[in-house]
Amino acid sequence: MKIVVLVKSVPDTESKIKIGADGVSIDPAGIKFVMNPYDEYAVEEALRIRERLKDDTTVVAISMGPDRVMDVLRTALAMGADDAVHVNDPAFAGGDALGDARVLAEAIRPLGADLILGGKQGIDDDAATTCAAIAEFLGIPQAQIVTELTLSDDHTRMRARRRIEGADEIVDMALPAIVTCEKGLNEPRYASLPGIMKAKKKEIRKVTLADLPLKPEQVGAAGCLTKLIKYHTLPERPPVKMIPGDAAAQAKELVRLLREEAKVI
Amino acid sequence: MAKGVLVFGEVRGGALKPITRELVSAANQLAQAGGGSVAIAVIGEGADAAVAEAKSLPVAKVFTAKHALLASYSSQAYAAALAAVVTAADAGIVLFGATVTGRDLSARTAARCGASLFADCTELSLVGDVLHVRRPVYSGKVYAELESSAPIQMASIRPNVFPPVSGSGSAEVVDVPVQIDDAMLRGRVVEVVETSTGAKDLTEAEVIVSGGRSLKSAENFSILEDLAKTIGASVGASRAAVDAGYRPHSAQVGQTGKVVNPRLYFAVGISGAIQHLVGMRTSKVIVAINKDENAPIFQKADYGIVGDLFDVVPKVTEEFKKLLGT
Repeated sequence: MKIVVLVKSVPDTESKIKIGADGVSIDPAGIKFVMNPYDEYAVEEALRIRERLKDDTTVVAISMGPDRVMDVLRTALAMGADDAVHVNDPAFAGGDALGDARVLAEAIRPLGADLILGGKQGIDDDAATTCAAIAEFLGIPQAQIVTELTLSDDHTRMRARRRIEGADEIVDMALPAIVTCEKGLNEPRYASLPGIMKAKKKEIRKVTLADLPLKPEQVGAAGCLTKLIKYHTLPERPPVKMIPGDAAAQAKELVRLLREEAKVI
Repeated sequence: MAKGVLVFGEVRGGALKPITRELVSAANQLAQAGGGSVAIAVIGEGADAAVAEAKSLPVAKVFTAKHALLASYSSQAYAAALAAVVTAADAGIVLFGATVTGRDLSARTAARCGASLFADCTELSLVGDVLHVRRPVYSGKVYAELESSAPIQMASIRPNVFPPVSGSGSAEVVDVPVQIDDAMLRGRVVEVVETSTGAKDLTEAEVIVSGGRSLKSAENFSILEDLAKTIGASVGASRAAVDAGYRPHSAQVGQTGKVVNPRLYFAVGISGAIQHLVGMRTSKVIVAINKDENAPIFQKADYGIVGDLFDVVPKVTEEFKKLLGT
């Protein structure tokens, strides 16, 4: 099998997000970029499938973006991916999730993937759009927010358990298919030291606009159907109202305030 | 905007999901600003009850797309059917609930229709032909204000943002013929396993009672369950409580769990790590109960109680029981 894993470089969960002076960028100062946490489950799942099959299955990590995304590709290689592809071109800058999905779909198409894995969403723009759009562009089925994945004995189908509101759906898919991974699917491994050393030497293949059947006006800011006007900080909440007294008095007063002042009960 | 606003009427267990009424509310606001009419799309087989409910809402038309192969959800086939309805309805704007299915289908349908898409919006307005939205990004640490003037614009809307509509009307039902073949059914839902305990899913809940590691055990969450049952809330948990095994991951509120948007949120024994705050800070009213008066959660709360949760929470439950007569 050929398994392609989409990995994204995002600010780690502890990062403070500061809006840049232009209002339409995030100030990169002090931000530590890491592999999107949900993508770690995707890499892990790909490696586990390869380990279970014990055949010539290969795992290819792919990422789109500026040079810093090479770090997350190296992380994927260090975890055990066989190859890495870096999709980058100045023309790709300023695209939105749907536009990026079009580029990624064309970059993935010639790889001949049987299975494409990604995280359930990037924790930067939180759109959860890219993988489903790639599925549509490639004309293949998808299962998102997956917590359990089983490959059929003949390796032609997959069964995925996905979490929806108040229920789990079991999705049956013919391969090739795309699956987005949720916490609980597996426990991602740490990169080993030999893995890290090997990953450093590994060549990362570059893909630019010239390699894809797309025109400059279809990609990046030029092909983008949405426009970012401005980032906003969150509105400040009014100061907290602390409720004094013993537990009985506090409980009574809280219920009164929720009923009469906040009017939410 | 002479084109219409189409609402995707998500069907679950044969009925319309409650968020459909919120979407119709949003759609009517847009239609008033732009002059288009509002319609609902109901896709699938055996959705008669959903169609009947959709008809009663304040919309001009209900478009149905029925096909034996649409009996269970398939992203591919549903996107194809919805795209056919978008054309039939001459829709310029399509609204989805930011539910798991709504987000899954909106991405696929937008790609199929060459539409623009804004996911998980918390504000929405129309100025001329331009759809204007706000949506939380970076796990809600900042908001992005965006616009689109694409010929077809799609957006998914977070639950509990728009007030639900009610209605007793009888809109016209238009059946849209759809071509679905096996090639579109390479993936589909074959089974739905109910996991609900009866309470609403956290992402849709209007009231949530969440607990942290200070609850000390899975059993002690019964204190929160009693409160939740009394006020019709759903029970959530912090990552620390989930990691400690007190609650399943499906109950986790926060960055690597669920993002919630209730009317009222109780943070009980939760210190208020950024990981948790980003998942719940759009809650309209936040109550924090914690024994540490310096816990960061108090800076994000509207009402704060410093005290022992094992002492305070049962008394709060009692007070609510007296008030609500339950």
